[in-house]
Amino acid sequence: MTSPTDASAPLLKVEGLSKTFSVAGAWPWQKRTLSAVNDISFGIAPGETLSLVGESGCGKSTAGRMLVGLAAPSSGRILFEGRELSGQTASEQRAMRRRIQLIFQDPYGSLNPRMTVGELIAEPALLHGLADRNSANDRVAELLGLVGLAKRHAGRYPHEFSGGQRQRIGIARALAVEPRLIVCDEPVSALDVSVQAQIVNLLQSLQDRLGLSYLFISHGLSVVRHISHRVAVMYLGNIVEIGPKAAIFDQPSHPYTRALLAAAPVPRPGARQASVALAGDMPSPLDPPSGCRFHPRCPFAIERCRRDIPALSPGGDGRLVACHRWQEIPAFQANAPGAQHAPKTTRLLALYRQAAANSNSRMSSN
Amino acid sequence: MTQDIPLIAVRGLRVGFHTAGGTVAAVDDVNFSVRAGETLAIVGESGSGKSVMSLSLLRLVPSAITTGEILFRGDDLLTKPAHAMRDFRGGRIGMIFQEPNTSLNPVQTIGDQIVEAIQLHEAVGKAAARARAVEVLELTGIPSPRARMKSYPHELSGGMRQRAMIAMALACRPELLIADEPTTALDVTVQAQILDLMRELKANSGAAIILITHDLGVVAEMADRVAVMYAGRIVEIAPVTDLFDGPEHPYTIGLLSSMPSIDGDSETLTPIEGSMPDPLALPAGCRFQPRCPFAIKRCAMEAPPLETVRPGHLSACWRAPLLETLTRGGQQ
Repeated sequence: MTSPTDASAPLLKVEGLSKTFSVAGAWPWQKRTLSAVNDISFGIAPGETLSLVGESGCGKSTAGRMLVGLAAPSSGRILFEGRELSGQTASEQRAMRRRIQLIFQDPYGSLNPRMTVGELIAEPALLHGLADRNSANDRVAELLGLVGLAKRHAGRYPHEFSGGQRQRIGIARALAVEPRLIVCDEPVSALDVSVQAQIVNLLQSLQDRLGLSYLFISHGLSVVRHISHRVAVMYLGNIVEIGPKAAIFDQPSHPYTRALLAAAPVPRPGARQASVALAGDMPSPLDPPSGCRFHPRCPFAIERCRRDIPALSPGGDGRLVACHRWQEIPAFQANAPGAQHAPKTTRLLALYRQAAANSNSRMSSN
Repeated sequence: MTQDIPLIAVRGLRVGFHTAGGTVAAVDDVNFSVRAGETLAIVGESGSGKSVMSLSLLRLVPSAITTGEILFRGDDLLTKPAHAMRDFRGGRIGMIFQEPNTSLNPVQTIGDQIVEAIQLHEAVGKAAARARAVEVLELTGIPSPRARMKSYPHELSGGMRQRAMIAMALACRPELLIADEPTTALDVTVQAQILDLMRELKANSGAAIILITHDLGVVAEMADRVAVMYAGRIVEIAPVTDLFDGPEHPYTIGLLSSMPSIDGDSETLTPIEGSMPDPLALPAGCRFQPRCPFAIKRCAMEAPPLETVRPGHLSACWRAPLLETLTRGGQQ
């Protein structure tokens, strides 16, 4: 079930991946099964960014954790560079896992406060034997430069840095072991907009320079639209729609994708079409609805949706969509007319970008 | 009727803290007013002082040194005795916080918490207070409100908890509602529901809203007027369409340029270079000047006052009106 676009030897291939957790019921001896991720499949090509989007509880983070080995899949296969991750010897697994790294949402929580930044960045490289005590310092300096920090920062502790700088340290740590795929779990969600843009730009330039692939997990649609090549939308453990970015954002087929796009606020007064708001909350994954899991909130649900589980099937423009009715429901009305900035604002933004570029080149020539 | 007299007027508000490194002004000489029925959005990034300012309006920052005037219907809240503030906190001024989880009492039912708030401010019996509580819960769109009265906060989803918080804030029919990042912790489809709800409640109750947020998208949807804060000061204040259709402060433009647009596919984003200044070592002159691509010599020497650029549109920038100055190719 791969989409046509990633037919050429994907770096990572995920087939029928599921994760269930056993949780206590009303009494501790009563066990109930929570299905967090339910039979998902996707591929990521070298140098490609695939985004997993969805709301809290949709299973996107659990999916990412399975890729880096922080959670064991209940069923399904993960193929990396053509080889299956499980079923290898421990040392082989370790070598393969080095090539898949993780960046966390909260960089502060993931950095040991008692280690200097230099020690933090050198540690993974030393552990994997990619550097020794003598070459570690040079490697740290190189990595700091790569993520836009200075060599002198190596002697400082995490608390001395701002949120954006800490995220840069997290990225340097991930890069220290020369990965090919980085799972980015909400890497910019905790950051201010101006800093968010710095980190997004950094991730994109690193991808260009090092040929990295990203699995970008996020609930922020505008960032996803900016950074991805392909997008997978998840709802209650299932992928409901997956395809090239343009297809997903310009002509979303699945009613849930549409609802997500319609709900995103637009920075232009009066631009968002009101009252497309989705009613209700996401149901509990302990007790998922029958048939299509989205049907209780879906404005287009019919009897069949309550009964039959829709399969992911081709839906045009290189996408796969899991909906019985995607061909019948009315075409999506984008926020288009008012979503652009006013002419004056557009001119001011252009002037700002130009001036910012000029002052940057002046600084770098000094 | 009272359209011209502001409901709340803040004059020269300064909120300072003693720290080991000296006194820090988290909010420095802030002036604004809100009329009845109006929504003023206060935008800024972390460290801009927007949250401290909203808390200090109700004198909820005990360790701070607060000076200036906070005139609520002409009455200065800063000169009131401490016990008199009780009428305002949760009574005439309601407050909604970002984290409903930490603002609700985990060992009390939703119903009891709302009833307590009502009985604290009004001399009504238990039965009447309960009836009112059910009424406000229903108003916020909580399904089966009578049953939810008996629920504990942990039994509700994030969106439902935020609705319960809003119900509590509205229970005493406040004249002003202060909402500090009310939807930041929520998913986007739930956020849309809560924003629709707040808009509807405002239209029905006529309460004014001060909305604190970092999200320009939320501002565009909710606000009548917008104040942009940077490093403790308001740098721009304008009616919402005016601000988005012709921003007059480089920081506001920087915020817009940092956002990936939802409609188009821009190649690279232009972030604001650098980071928020250390409040103990603020730059001379304009506080945004070290990060500003339009800065000239004067910006590093004198702090620009917040002045009218167009009627109703104020900006604290020596180079305003920006488009005219920049395209005239004035002195660099």
